[in-house]
Amino acid sequence: MAGLELLSDQGYRVDGRKPTELRKIQARMGVFAQADGSAYIEQGNTKALAVVYGPHEVRGSRSKCLHDRAVLNCQYSMATFSTAERKRRPHGDRKSSEMTLHLKQTFEAAILTQLYPRSQIDIYVQILQADGGNYSACVNAATLAVVDAGIPLRDYVCACSAGFVEDTPLVDLSHVEESSGGTQLSLALLPKAEHLALVEMDARLHQDHLEGLMDAATRACKDLHAVLDRVVREHLQEVSTQLGE
Amino acid sequence: MAAVQVSEAEKVYIMHGVQDDLRVDGRGCDDYRHMEIETDVVSNTSGSARVKLGHTDILVGVKAEMSRPKLEKPNEGCLEFFVDCSANATPEFEGRGGEDLGTEIANTLYRVFDNGHNIDLKSLCICPMEHCWTLYVDVLLLQCDGNLFDAISVAIKAALFNTRIPKVQMIEDEEGTKEIELSDDPYDCMRLDVENVPCIVTLCKIGHRHVVDATLQEKACSMASLLVAVTRKGTITCVRKVGGGSLDPESVFEMIETGKRVGKALHTPLQEILQKEESLGKKRHKVGFLG
Repeated sequence: MAGLELLSDQGYRVDGRKPTELRKIQARMGVFAQADGSAYIEQGNTKALAVVYGPHEVRGSRSKCLHDRAVLNCQYSMATFSTAERKRRPHGDRKSSEMTLHLKQTFEAAILTQLYPRSQIDIYVQILQADGGNYSACVNAATLAVVDAGIPLRDYVCACSAGFVEDTPLVDLSHVEESSGGTQLSLALLPKAEHLALVEMDARLHQDHLEGLMDAATRACKDLHAVLDRVVREHLQEVSTQLGE
Repeated sequence: MAAVQVSEAEKVYIMHGVQDDLRVDGRGCDDYRHMEIETDVVSNTSGSARVKLGHTDILVGVKAEMSRPKLEKPNEGCLEFFVDCSANATPEFEGRGGEDLGTEIANTLYRVFDNGHNIDLKSLCICPMEHCWTLYVDVLLLQCDGNLFDAISVAIKAALFNTRIPKVQMIEDEEGTKEIELSDDPYDCMRLDVENVPCIVTLCKIGHRHVVDATLQEKACSMASLLVAVTRKGTITCVRKVGGGSLDPESVFEMIETGKRVGKALHTPLQEILQKEESLGKKRHKVGFLG
């Protein structure tokens, strides 16, 4: 996109945010009654739905069953109308399979799978509208859905993307910023212990800038943690009022 | 569809209730469950709608793309359907598990919309034989609680009502090369006339009577169902029998009559609600999945 400045002289991004500012986040837990746990999150224009089934008996082949912990089964799927250009297949292509593996890796680090030997936990994530930060929205939605399902977690998993433009780290990239071809870092963090569940970076970056970029992403994840925590507490309050406690 | 286990005693209970025109949740045989419709849920699309019928949750997105018209119909655009049974609904739909059901639903939709009377396909033509609009109607199944076809057809009607196709002009310059020009105003759009878009009514035969809008438990008690696609005027565009059992001809005629009556009665309130939602314009508070 020739001539499109990702960072203006006054320090504002294309959509008017400051470099360390996150997009508006709105989330809801318990969206679907039939699933064990479900959640919906909107990060700016990116909309993601996550649904959790389990823990239940291992479906399909018994050989997948692990004797000491639960098997985690994830699927990442994008609705065909989610992207600007229509996507032909919702899942099964290379990008979706890669995202599925990333999700699995992220949540295996966070869920206390040793408590459920010989069982299976399914996490299905659906992107309804993609505007950058797809992986982060999925992870955040899936965290809320796992909390809604009542599955014990080591800690919240908060994810955020970050980029680097003109010596400034930008946090929570939108689609325009992602497709400009610059550096892109995806980070999934367990906030209290500051442990990284997943780190992934594309494109070149000078070694000196890496620490600054990771710090910016970590701080953004902690801000996100505050938002998700508030959503969970509000939901809990709503549910306990409805139950009459 | 997600299966429910229903015991013999429950089946007998449901069948006896239906014979007396009383269903488990208190409805009559011709009543629909509570339906919620919202349009313009996904902003990346040309039009979208979300329908909740009981626990059944359907999201439809319509995307308009320019393409070449079909050879046998050079003056018309076309409609392409795709149904995605997402794993959200039930773990059995993971991977390729939902493909069978998705293909079955998509094929039925093609048949329902196949004739030229439902949507004015000629209005989708930009330049005969060269350019036309193809509307990709993508259906996403989020939750299954029986009666998918009805909810899907209502969602498609609402999404097509909401669709805004940008107005384009063909400009021919001196050398004869044609160019397509998009108007500068992003709100200058063409809307579709959905007056004749049919709604599908599914009738399940339980015992000697038939019910409209069956839940999963009621479906487990019925042997066969009939799908009737009815337009606003009461014209039938498609009739299809689904299910493993057999139906005798008199009950088929009775079911078609009920389908016609119920279908006709569905269109008027639907159109009113869509107009009302449209008239709220920008002031409308969009709820989506957050409500």
